[in-house]
Amino acid sequence: MHIPDGYLGPATCGVFYAIMLPIWTAASRIVKKTLQVKQVPILAIGAAFSFVIMMFNVPIPCGTTGHAVGGVLVAILLGPWAACIAITVALVIQALLFGDGGITAIGANCFNMAFVLPFVGYYVYKAIGFNAPADSNRRVLAAGIAGYIGINVAAVFAGTEFGLQPMLHHTAAGQALYCPYGLNVAVPAMAGEHLLVFGWVEAIVTALVVKYLQKQAPDYLQAKEA
Amino acid sequence: MKITTKLWIGLAVLVVLSPLGLIIPDHFKAGSAWGEWGGDEMQKLIGYVPQGLEKLSSLWNAPMPDYAFKGWEEKGLPQLSLAYVISAILGILFVVLAVILIGRMLVKKGG
Repeated sequence: MHIPDGYLGPATCGVFYAIMLPIWTAASRIVKKTLQVKQVPILAIGAAFSFVIMMFNVPIPCGTTGHAVGGVLVAILLGPWAACIAITVALVIQALLFGDGGITAIGANCFNMAFVLPFVGYYVYKAIGFNAPADSNRRVLAAGIAGYIGINVAAVFAGTEFGLQPMLHHTAAGQALYCPYGLNVAVPAMAGEHLLVFGWVEAIVTALVVKYLQKQAPDYLQAKEA
Repeated sequence: MKITTKLWIGLAVLVVLSPLGLIIPDHFKAGSAWGEWGGDEMQKLIGYVPQGLEKLSSLWNAPMPDYAFKGWEEKGLPQLSLAYVISAILGILFVVLAVILIGRMLVKKGG
């Protein structure tokens, strides 16, 4: 889901930077108010976890690969605003150091993976886990479903961003200038592979770690989120 | 053992296992992720390289492109796996440093 440079036109890139700016500002303001000093190591671990889990590429039959993001887990542990910051850090390092995701697309990639994914995941988790005790199986199930839905909604956004490009930018002869695939191809491709494979990876990773924390550190599941 | 210590150990295990994210796709001959093709792959897919894509795709020269060292594109899987692990370590190092810096700026002292 890391959109590279050259797949989105300048307008789309600009719009998503413009959308992310106030989100990043709000995230900083909210995290400043709520995050405690002792939570910073967990935030660092969460960001590092998201970074490294994205290196686990999973192949699927049609010759392509994808991966989990781990962002819903960070949102469950620290709240969606702190998760937004953690995943943004991971995505920026990936783009700058490893060329994974474009520089011009940092706004769009952060919108999909550092905003849509943790927020959708967080509220799904809250809705399903509502009032369930911290050590209940319903929390584990909620975490899995939250991971699955979070990454899939993010994938649909990414597919839509890809798919709008041929409409927005093409030569007089009809050749695409950026991503050549329209909504009819990009959205089903992105949604399909995440519904079938990568969504399950995100679900299993999220549920397993929540299950582990229930045993090892239940207070992290009850902690007040940022 | 503190839970944070256990989680750091968990991360270290993931770092060691990370080459699986390289080796398994290679085994199944999987190509790039959808929408992350290079110019050559695009040429094969649609018969041309979109002009804007060609221009912008070389905009940024990452120091370790694709989690490998520059010029290692033709190296075998063992070397690429080593580079992958080193990338994971460096990446985590930078991510953790960045979060600690941001934490310093944001979090109130003694909170």
